[in-house]
Amino acid sequence: METARANLLEEAVGVSKGGRVVVVEDCVETSGAFVLHHYLKRSLHPDSSDVVVFIAFAHPFSHYERILRKMVSSRLVINGREAREDGLLALYGEIEKAVEIYSSLEGSRTITIMIDDVSLMEVAANGSSNHVLDFLHYCYTLRAKYGCSFVTLNHEDIYSSANMLPLILQSEYLADVIIKAEPLATGLASDVHGQLTVLNKESVCDLGGGSISKVRNFHFRVKESYVDYFYPGTQT
Amino acid sequence: MAETICRALRDGAFEGEHAPALTIKDTIDTPLGSLVFNYILTQLASNILAGKSQARGVVLVALSRPPSFYAEVLKNKGFDVTSSSKWLRVLDCYSDPLGWKNKLMESGTVRNPYEEAVLKTSLCKNLKELDKVLSSIVELGKEIVEEEKGRFAVAIDSVSEVLRHSSLPSVARILSHLRSHDQVSCIFCLLHVDLHEVKVAATLEYLSTMHADVEPIIPRTNKQRSTSEDLPMVEQCFKRGKFHREELYVEGPGIKFVEVSSEDGIIAQSLVPKVQFNLELSEKERLDRAKVVLPFEHQGTGKPIQIYDGRKCLNESETEKQASVDKPQTTEDSGRGEIIYFRDSDDEMPDSDEDPDDDLDI
Repeated sequence: METARANLLEEAVGVSKGGRVVVVEDCVETSGAFVLHHYLKRSLHPDSSDVVVFIAFAHPFSHYERILRKMVSSRLVINGREAREDGLLALYGEIEKAVEIYSSLEGSRTITIMIDDVSLMEVAANGSSNHVLDFLHYCYTLRAKYGCSFVTLNHEDIYSSANMLPLILQSEYLADVIIKAEPLATGLASDVHGQLTVLNKESVCDLGGGSISKVRNFHFRVKESYVDYFYPGTQT
Repeated sequence: MAETICRALRDGAFEGEHAPALTIKDTIDTPLGSLVFNYILTQLASNILAGKSQARGVVLVALSRPPSFYAEVLKNKGFDVTSSSKWLRVLDCYSDPLGWKNKLMESGTVRNPYEEAVLKTSLCKNLKELDKVLSSIVELGKEIVEEEKGRFAVAIDSVSEVLRHSSLPSVARILSHLRSHDQVSCIFCLLHVDLHEVKVAATLEYLSTMHADVEPIIPRTNKQRSTSEDLPMVEQCFKRGKFHREELYVEGPGIKFVEVSSEDGIIAQSLVPKVQFNLELSEKERLDRAKVVLPFEHQGTGKPIQIYDGRKCLNESETEKQASVDKPQTTEDSGRGEIIYFRDSDDEMPDSDEDPDDDLDI
């Protein structure tokens, strides 16, 4: 049952050949961190040899380790280092080094770079969104050479609509998949925690607007060790 | 529209005029600007290869996509990428715009950060120095044309990206430099309008001879960015957009333009559902309707038109008093009468709910 339901998100996001950019946007009422956990779980599944380069600003690594232990049966060890504060250039250097090392190893594997979350990175960069955009741009350049994927989390509601900062728009322009976590329009419900809207730009380019819809909306309910995804009205 | 643009870019600069420049503008609601850019680039490329255009080649300034992306675009359109060096040069401002990779390579953190280029590429390692960028564009252009007289086209895939690193005046200076350069045949560039202030779009429009706007077919009424409420519309916006008098559809990896006849356009704009009877007026009908003189309107007396609705207007009575003080005797006033009516208190209210005949004994 669990796998069948988890597929709703997987289905909407689709399968891609190369690396791609996934932007997760959430708000105060509805946290989108579980989407990040979903990707983390998928990449670090015991059967896959994929590598995740995780840049954590929001929580210590032990937090993610605890979550992973809950979600995945076998225990996974994350080798992480505390992010140092000697600039985004050094951080980028670390990432590129890791990517270079892992891609030179034998066997084909996808390297996913995850950032949790971009707004806190902006805080670390003393509020300069331009710096963060430079950093993200450099991260994206790794896609061309190594075929890396990106999953970033950002909070939409801290950028007010009147003074829409380019940070969130720019990342939307560059994204292949945009996942938005929002509360229900009708307010809170006990059995639904919110709704996800998945915009898949890639499928429209590939399929030329065929029958497969690329904008999907469904509800979710976060449970102890997994997340239920269902279309509105299908939950009994 | 798309064809006109491509023709104008193909024909290039006229004698004694600056080179034609095109700004493609889009917003996040219909982010199809880069597809339009690729379309115009490939159209220009096929014109160059056919020898129809004034430009002998293109200098592509890649800022938002890697050169390998453009190699893929050209390959999909059936161009021979290996022989493209005869007419195409790429100034790669994507891979290392701030020189970070270079620094990391020098410090030994990474070994070879650069991608192997398929197209003939030259790397720009400092986007902040726009003068150097300008001179490399001109140099690359001269490499293609190889002679003094030939001209080349310049394509900039995102002005927004340049504006992130430099000020608007310096970007404007570079663009007008390029436009007035003897060997530039045409320029086209892409701008994401909503990333900048309004003045940026205006400045670029002054600097260009054409601007192409990609807009949603149905403009969004609310400025809210909530997408969950109008999913079909969001989906439509990703598949098709309005391109002045044309519509563009995403088709496969490229796009297609379809001319919209004006009649369809009006209906699409007014959002009227298709019904059997006619809700719209034709131009002639509209004019005829405007000519009809309604019976209660005063015409041609020079006075403001007043419509009698049974009550006396407050303003009017005041102005009348004023007039009577100023000019006690006017011919107009002499014929005026007034009905004075005091309602009898015993009279029934005109709208009484009571049945007036309920006291009848039949």
